[in-house]
Amino acid sequence: MADLQYKIIVGLEIHVQLRTKSKMFCSCALEFGAEPNSRVCPVCLGMPGSLPVMNKQAFEYSVLAGLALNCNIPMFTKWDRKSYYYPDLPKNYQISQYDLPLSEKGFIEIPLESGETKRIRIIRAHLEEDAGKNVHSASSYSQVDLNRTGTPLLEIVTEPDMNSGAEVRALAVELQRLVRFIGVSEADMQKGHMRFEPNINMKIIRNGKEYRTPIAEVKNLNSFRALERSVTYEAQRQLSEFLETGIEFGMGNKTTRGWDDEKEMTVLQREKEEAHDYRYFPDPDLVPVELTQEWLDEIKSRLCELPLKKQLRYVQEYNLSDYDAGVLTADRATADFFDEVVNAGGDPKRVCNLLTQTGLKITKEKNCNITDLPVTPKGMADLAKMVDEGTISASSATTIFEAMVQTGKQPDVLASELNLVQKSDAGELESIVDQVIAENSEAVADVISGGKKEKKARGFLMGQVMQKSKGQANPKVVSEILAKKLK
Amino acid sequence: MEELTAKQLRDKIASGQIKSLDAVNDVFSRIEKYEPVIGAYISTFKEQAIEQAEQVDKKVSAGEPLGQLAGVPIAVKDNMCTTFGATTCASKILENFHAPYNATAVEKLIAADAVIIGKTNLDEFAMGSSTENSGLKKTVNPWDTTRVPGGSSGGATASVAARMCSAALGSDTGGSIRQPASFCGVVGLKPTYGRVSRYGLVAYGSSLDQIGPVTQTVEDAALMLNVIAGHDSSDSTSVNETIAPTYDYLEKLNEPVEKLKIAVAPQLNAGADQQVQNTLHEAINIYKNLGAEIIEVKMPHLDYAIAAYYIIATAEASSNLARYDGVHYGHRTQNPKDYVEVYSKSRAEAFGQEVKRRIMLGTYALSSGYYDAYYLKALKVRNLIRSDFTKAFEKCDCVMMPVAPTTAFKIGEKTSDPLQMYLSDIYTIAANLAGIPGISIPCGFDDKDLPIGLQILSPAFTEDKLLRIAKMYEKENNWYDKRPNI
Repeated sequence: MADLQYKIIVGLEIHVQLRTKSKMFCSCALEFGAEPNSRVCPVCLGMPGSLPVMNKQAFEYSVLAGLALNCNIPMFTKWDRKSYYYPDLPKNYQISQYDLPLSEKGFIEIPLESGETKRIRIIRAHLEEDAGKNVHSASSYSQVDLNRTGTPLLEIVTEPDMNSGAEVRALAVELQRLVRFIGVSEADMQKGHMRFEPNINMKIIRNGKEYRTPIAEVKNLNSFRALERSVTYEAQRQLSEFLETGIEFGMGNKTTRGWDDEKEMTVLQREKEEAHDYRYFPDPDLVPVELTQEWLDEIKSRLCELPLKKQLRYVQEYNLSDYDAGVLTADRATADFFDEVVNAGGDPKRVCNLLTQTGLKITKEKNCNITDLPVTPKGMADLAKMVDEGTISASSATTIFEAMVQTGKQPDVLASELNLVQKSDAGELESIVDQVIAENSEAVADVISGGKKEKKARGFLMGQVMQKSKGQANPKVVSEILAKKLK
Repeated sequence: MEELTAKQLRDKIASGQIKSLDAVNDVFSRIEKYEPVIGAYISTFKEQAIEQAEQVDKKVSAGEPLGQLAGVPIAVKDNMCTTFGATTCASKILENFHAPYNATAVEKLIAADAVIIGKTNLDEFAMGSSTENSGLKKTVNPWDTTRVPGGSSGGATASVAARMCSAALGSDTGGSIRQPASFCGVVGLKPTYGRVSRYGLVAYGSSLDQIGPVTQTVEDAALMLNVIAGHDSSDSTSVNETIAPTYDYLEKLNEPVEKLKIAVAPQLNAGADQQVQNTLHEAINIYKNLGAEIIEVKMPHLDYAIAAYYIIATAEASSNLARYDGVHYGHRTQNPKDYVEVYSKSRAEAFGQEVKRRIMLGTYALSSGYYDAYYLKALKVRNLIRSDFTKAFEKCDCVMMPVAPTTAFKIGEKTSDPLQMYLSDIYTIAANLAGIPGISIPCGFDDKDLPIGLQILSPAFTEDKLLRIAKMYEKENNWYDKRPNI
């Protein structure tokens, strides 16, 4: 048996659709699922004489994403035409960026299962316009829908720094969270807002000699699952192909493959990388973009603490679970709200519980952000404090939270209105406890004897006290009194 | 009525002395008479023009405010989009193309109450110097119908020369306004790149294309520029007025430029026909007599202008014309076997020879492995030509040179030799590469009674001064009074 070691090497190209209102170079609305060819104009149709005008918002979003990906942002960037003929491309060239992209040389940290993070280098991120869609019918012709034509896309290219399907998936998921967090994309997979193209090959060491398998590019993946599985599948396929044929990486033997979701395998699309010549040249219809320091600073000011960093901070500083920290940092609104509540004096753990168990349930039902609810960070912090101070019980907090959402009232007001303020007055509670002790000699005996039944009996007595106080006794105070009396 | 310039006609219409309807009817009766010989128009819009004229006349009688071109019959080169009629670019591939919008320049004409009477012939997609490359019809020179009108705006210049309109809009990528203006004995102005919106001008060489007026007089050119100049948010390359303001170009037109300094580049002019050189010399003498100082400059890189131009323009054209593919609009081949054949056959069937040649040239120049040697080098030459002008303009107000090396040549004379044809643009191309304005004004006739033009070039965004300089000459001569005998 030969000594065999191998490692999978993956780089990713990701297309992220920006969440601008209008297209990249015209004012047509970006709308998913509209009647075919209803969101078009002379510019995105590439009609004779029409001219593109850059969408400033798309550019700013891209710079923001570049900054979030720790990229260099050059002060000068330009537009190039990439030429190829295809029916979904009305001008038969795509406006893109070639040698001077708007951002380059960055990195993104991705979370690993071990709890550690890994740095994946970003080669570049540039802005371009999307093509339309060819709709193939069973008959002898195809139809073209140009609604998508001209949609702003951010193309992000990573170095081949990933070494497993899981890492590739982690990057994709982290990138989704990142672009949503900074507000530049809805990143809705169902709507094709993120599309992935992994470039995969294997490094194989056999008997001390190193080999590389030919690169395969898997085109147009639009789910995390397909992305991960295609990478895992390719690793296996390339390994067995190498063992069978011994073919190594070489010029011109890159293949293009597609992912068959039903068969769960990649299928060959193009045998050899065709000698593409896109004849890039600067688009004379668009002026280069020259950033000023003020403009760049203004865009920079929109940056925030990024989600992964925030998540790690919540775990370390607040002792939250990794899962809860992940939930709180899934979107910017929730994370910002959480931070504000903590700043207003709410105990992080308590606030986390209220938010994840109640708040996010409500926002999910209402399909809105936490900030859309009539609950202020201050109100939320007060609610958390009331629990911590024993003014209300943890379960009452949920009730009060729900009432806050409905009425917009402050938690202390609602606590009294709903009669949920706990009795913590030791004197008043002591007389109830005395009464309960007097009425339940058997349970009292079980507690004092300290046998198997002690725990159950103590619970029973607690329950009796709560019942007599109509649920308003502070359980902490009650258990202290009980403990004192039944020593 | 054909004796009137656009400005005179507008004033007479505004004062009620002439009805726009009469002016339009007069123009159409001339079109009926001369168009069968000249062939300037691809389409005319008589009914619409009469309606527009009547509306202007109503405005006049109601005392409503009038646009600067109120009631004046204007023609538009058929590479500018109009919602009325077809926009063909004189190409079979767009023969039946109806644009859903007006070019900004056309919109501005309409807003100025101009009456658009028709769309004029051109070399297919504005590629040519004689209008012989039109895929749709033949235009001849009104001064000698065996000769070409020049090109590519040959239809526009022929129609102004034959007074089948008061003025026209042309477009100039390498001389396409100035050279045919010179051949037809009319005024042709190519404004600074970015002065007039290109929105709706069907692109040939996007970094060179510019719309400009073709007129009877310098004053009319100023009037037309008043209407069409200015920033357009739909054209990113149109220049913002805070950077380069537009002027009322008529306002100081009659004031001569004081201490005028004119540069000539003798080594360049030596290539022109002797009669053209003599005429240029006489024109410059007139300026000298008006007190101008003449200096000599060297513009060493202008020798490379044609080479650089035919790489840059064709490279851009190869990309700009990729959209005419038979898929979305325009000519589509019958019974293609697959989508690739939709492209290849539709294009092979409908593009003319010269267009194909330039698409091939441009595709080659942009191909990987050749890009640096051709396109990139051409851009460097372009920068050197720009700096030749910058250096020259440090010492003078304008540069004067011939418009073309010869007067109008015979139909068919150069069609078999594209390189000879390309050389007719030798004096005009540099202005497009440098982005500066240039004007061609009539400055005499050769022994065959064919018009000769004087070309004046000035720094970017100094059209006001350029027009004043041109006007100084025009006041001393009445060349524009001489009419072709059709």
